[in-house]
Amino acid sequence: MSLLQVRDLKVSYGGINAVKGINLEIHKGELVALIGANGAGKTTTLRALAGLEHPSGGTIHYQGHSIAHQPTHQLVKKGLVMVPEGRGIFGRLTVEENLYMGAYCYDDTSQIASDMHQVYARFPRLQERSHQAGGTLSGGEQQMLAIGRALMSRPQLLLLDEPSMGLAPLIVQKIFETIRDIAAEGVTILLVEQNAKLALENSHRGYVLESGLITLHDDAKSLLSNEKVRHAYLGE
Amino acid sequence: MNDLLTHWRKFKREPYAVWLGFALIGFALVLLPFATDAAMGRSWVRILDHTLLYIMLALGLNIVVGFAGLLDLGYVAFFAVGAYLYALLASPQFGLHLPFWTLLPLGALVACMFGVLLGAPTLRLRGDYLAIVTLGFGEIIRIFLNNLNAPVNITNGPQGLNMIDPIMLGDFSFSRTQQILGITFSSVHNYYYLFLALTLLIIFISIRLENSRIGRAWVAIREDEVAAQAMGINTRNVKLLAFAMGASFGGVSGGLFAGFQGFVSPESFHLTESIMVLCMVVLGGMGHIPGVILGAVLLSVLPEALRYIGPLEEALFGRVIVDPSDLRLLILGLAMVLIMLLRPAGLWPSPVQRREFAHHDKS
Repeated sequence: MSLLQVRDLKVSYGGINAVKGINLEIHKGELVALIGANGAGKTTTLRALAGLEHPSGGTIHYQGHSIAHQPTHQLVKKGLVMVPEGRGIFGRLTVEENLYMGAYCYDDTSQIASDMHQVYARFPRLQERSHQAGGTLSGGEQQMLAIGRALMSRPQLLLLDEPSMGLAPLIVQKIFETIRDIAAEGVTILLVEQNAKLALENSHRGYVLESGLITLHDDAKSLLSNEKVRHAYLGE
Repeated sequence: MNDLLTHWRKFKREPYAVWLGFALIGFALVLLPFATDAAMGRSWVRILDHTLLYIMLALGLNIVVGFAGLLDLGYVAFFAVGAYLYALLASPQFGLHLPFWTLLPLGALVACMFGVLLGAPTLRLRGDYLAIVTLGFGEIIRIFLNNLNAPVNITNGPQGLNMIDPIMLGDFSFSRTQQILGITFSSVHNYYYLFLALTLLIIFISIRLENSRIGRAWVAIREDEVAAQAMGINTRNVKLLAFAMGASFGGVSGGLFAGFQGFVSPESFHLTESIMVLCMVVLGGMGHIPGVILGAVLLSVLPEALRYIGPLEEALFGRVIVDPSDLRLLILGLAMVLIMLLRPAGLWPSPVQRREFAHHDKS
């Protein structure tokens, strides 16, 4: 059974159709990439899935239930968690306070403590800086914090918006290793990326979004060797 | 000397030292009106009463501006709602004389509703835009109060309402001189203790709110609203709650003001009052309860202290060269500019604010 099923999703901002009717399907345990150029509608799609935008048409089913008009805060409780564009770190709060905020929906202190422990085990760097203000971290550390904080929300489906944005290549590699690890541990992930090569190399399947429409979808490997994709997105 | 310091630090951490500190502060607060009366005269006890009302207002605005980061320039509207509610329901205007213990919660509740009324349409606004709408809201309330004397006379218009019932608890009238245990308590003393008790209650509520789940949600919204939503925070309700809570403190303060003064008019609820309360919050340290209290105390006492400039001028130059009331605003403005330049996070900032400014200094 698919974890997320999107049918004919449309999103428009004041007359401009950003997403013009797309179909997506994500199965439990998959790592799926949504790639496309600037302004193709990737972030809009993700925001609509997370409940931050109201779709103007189509349906979204998550775990078999329609969620197209549910507010974000209810989706988070159901395990649909997003790492927002630009990471959304609470700059003046410490690393630990940021992580703690991720567990806002929960009040079982022992489970929160154990989640926190796991995040620190995954990102020892965050533990070193646990009392530092989030805004003083480097870009890579902030991305770790954003992912760690999302993990504190106990995601079943994790939506990642441009995790590579503004980061050095070496750090990007590390972040993607982490993303693969998280997926291997059973968290389903939908990844939005401009860096198509990187995204496809690390995913099981991929969708290509072009001016609000899905033009291709296939196994990540096949997409990587697809003539059109190579030409348009891999610069070959 | 260093030895003494370490001893002092160790002492400060002892639990009995904390209680001793509280006891001393409590003792000082109880004696304060008598000491002030003896040293500076009764008018200064009245200033103390006003200071306590301002502390309540500043703590209320601190919830909206300091905790939730929503810039509200019309906060005095809730003070006005509280004051007029009390005045209308406990004066000869409609012949109603409801008792104080119903008026106080009612004032909080009605102000709370006005808070939601302001909050609901402005949920999508932030920063400058929110400031403009709240500014308008504050003015609308004042203008309404000023003009609701025709066709049906409700507020008595610019003349205001007078002969408002003094605050009574049972048979105890706060406006009369009372003899308790052989000590004479004049009206301003009575009100001082009543206001002090309610101020302490509001401080207690503020501290509990700050450390609650809702307090954390406010902080998240202040720092980054989209991220706050992504954490699973119902930003709409939490923002409305900030407006409502802040407004209810304003309403309580307003009701007390009406009963204390015995008279209200739209004049008292001018935009400058909103700005003054905002200055208290910003000057003291946004989002930091002790800082906000300090700001409120300074900004209510300082302008009064500057009244002595007139006599000082006369003593120095033989005549009054500059009108003291003009000079007061000038000196007040100058003091604020200086404080903001030297201590941009406020006089007594919260650790979170201190972090921000430390960060800016490094980069």
